[in-house]
Amino acid sequence: MRAARRWREVVAPVLLGVVALLAWQATVVGLELRPFVVPSPTAIGEQLADHAAVIAAASWSTARNAFWGLLIGVAVALLAAAVSAAVRVVDEMSAPLVAATAVVPIVALAPVLYTMFGANAQTARIVVAAIVSFVPVYVNTLRGLRTVTPVHRDLMRVYAATRRQTTRVVTLPGALPFFFSGLRVAASVAVISALVAEYFGGPVDGLGKAITSAVSSSNYPLAWAYVAGAVVIGLVFFCATLALERGVLHRGNLRQRP
Amino acid sequence: MSATAPTSPSSRSGPVEPAGPPDSPDATTTAAAAVEVRGVSRRFASRSGDVVALSDVDLTVRAGEFVSLIGPSGCGKSTLLRLIADLDRPTGGELTVFGRPPHVARQNHDFGIAFQQAGLLPWRSVRANVELPLELHGTGRAARRARATELLGLVGLADFADHRPDQLSGGMQQRVAIARALAESPSLLLMDEPFGALDEMTREHVQTELLRLRAESGAAVVFVTHSIPEAVYLSDRVVVMSARPGQVREIVPVALGSAGDRTDGLREDDQFFDRVRAVREALHGTDGATGVGRGVDQR
Repeated sequence: MRAARRWREVVAPVLLGVVALLAWQATVVGLELRPFVVPSPTAIGEQLADHAAVIAAASWSTARNAFWGLLIGVAVALLAAAVSAAVRVVDEMSAPLVAATAVVPIVALAPVLYTMFGANAQTARIVVAAIVSFVPVYVNTLRGLRTVTPVHRDLMRVYAATRRQTTRVVTLPGALPFFFSGLRVAASVAVISALVAEYFGGPVDGLGKAITSAVSSSNYPLAWAYVAGAVVIGLVFFCATLALERGVLHRGNLRQRP
Repeated sequence: MSATAPTSPSSRSGPVEPAGPPDSPDATTTAAAAVEVRGVSRRFASRSGDVVALSDVDLTVRAGEFVSLIGPSGCGKSTLLRLIADLDRPTGGELTVFGRPPHVARQNHDFGIAFQQAGLLPWRSVRANVELPLELHGTGRAARRARATELLGLVGLADFADHRPDQLSGGMQQRVAIARALAESPSLLLMDEPFGALDEMTREHVQTELLRLRAESGAAVVFVTHSIPEAVYLSDRVVVMSARPGQVREIVPVALGSAGDRTDGLREDDQFFDRVRAVREALHGTDGATGVGRGVDQR
């Protein structure tokens, strides 16, 4: 039973990955595809090995921007959600602004932000990541704080619970799963936006910059090697938030609802 | 029944038993009244005009008495319960709970409540759910734990204290909710169709359990239900209500013995069927044989 599960969860996906890589390699070699169309996995692997230190440095730079952006975005989102949940007027006043933030492609603001904060600083990239991660966390957390089932509300009223007690006992635990589903989205978009923001200017470090410069010097396998670096960062962010979510929700006996 | 004003096993401080505030003349004359409802109305304003949920309702529930409210959908029985629990305010008339206005009774934790949905907090263990009211009202950790253990034993869920609510069946969850309602040994228990979502077999089982719990606690109970046999099996009196506007049509005395004496065998007793018929006739008028009351279970 256990072995079968292990097979399904670990061995099978790895096997599929290996088969896919083999097929990719065979296609590139068999059809004699040019590297600018798609390079072979072995060519990308070679570049990865040769430039490991550079790729790691570029990934680290992008990851750092994404991390600080995510942290700031989440902190502001939690604060804003708490205020909006407590004071209805604030929520109503800010709703159009939040909607605007949600629909404007924030990375499009990157050039403007580079002018604002200086093209030599990482600030613009962090700001972009922060704004982008703000939205899902704010929207989800606020929804979570609002979602108190009528029966729980009645119950707390019958028990003459204070507002503080109701918040601690019912509202916050109920909102946590909502917060985490927002955080999961935010973690992915923070990485994407921090990377894409690099395309529009700023300092020369980071994965986005590295990918564009590798492509402009026609080193396509190297560009793909940087993309592999981006995939790794994305995975690290995703897994970290998932682990945090599991840890907190499991410890607090919280069921995942949304 | 009426003469025995049971002393609550509660160890709470403060005035618990029926003696209301000394300035209330009512409290001295009808010292035992758990709930007094005098000419109570409740209108809900809606776009298509006012809806009268309750119109001029009078009702007295004596201390330690089990009273069921039954009637078709829309007769205002749940509304009446919510008024007693201070989850809603009447638009006319007056209510008192142990001689006090409902909001004072609520602040005093004079009553426990159970709803159709168990309403357990899914992120808390069964034990922590039962402890909730005690925790909110500042009972110490050890006393809370002891009381929860005792109550879970009473409802037969001692082995499930550390389970999460979603690991329990619907009937078990409802028993946890009842244990929670009894946590502070209230002298009044308000129940809004607590067994409405349970299957028939589970339902009969928890009904018998409720009778036993109630015999032990001596609490008065106001019990909203759709089921005639359930009302008869559990109650000292059944209040039959009619809809549009919600009014008390008739109060049927059951008198099938005290809660402690009632057992499952009563369900097959001729007297039991006799009372069921009486309630049904009250619901449908005397020629009750024709037509089935809307929204009322004939089970």
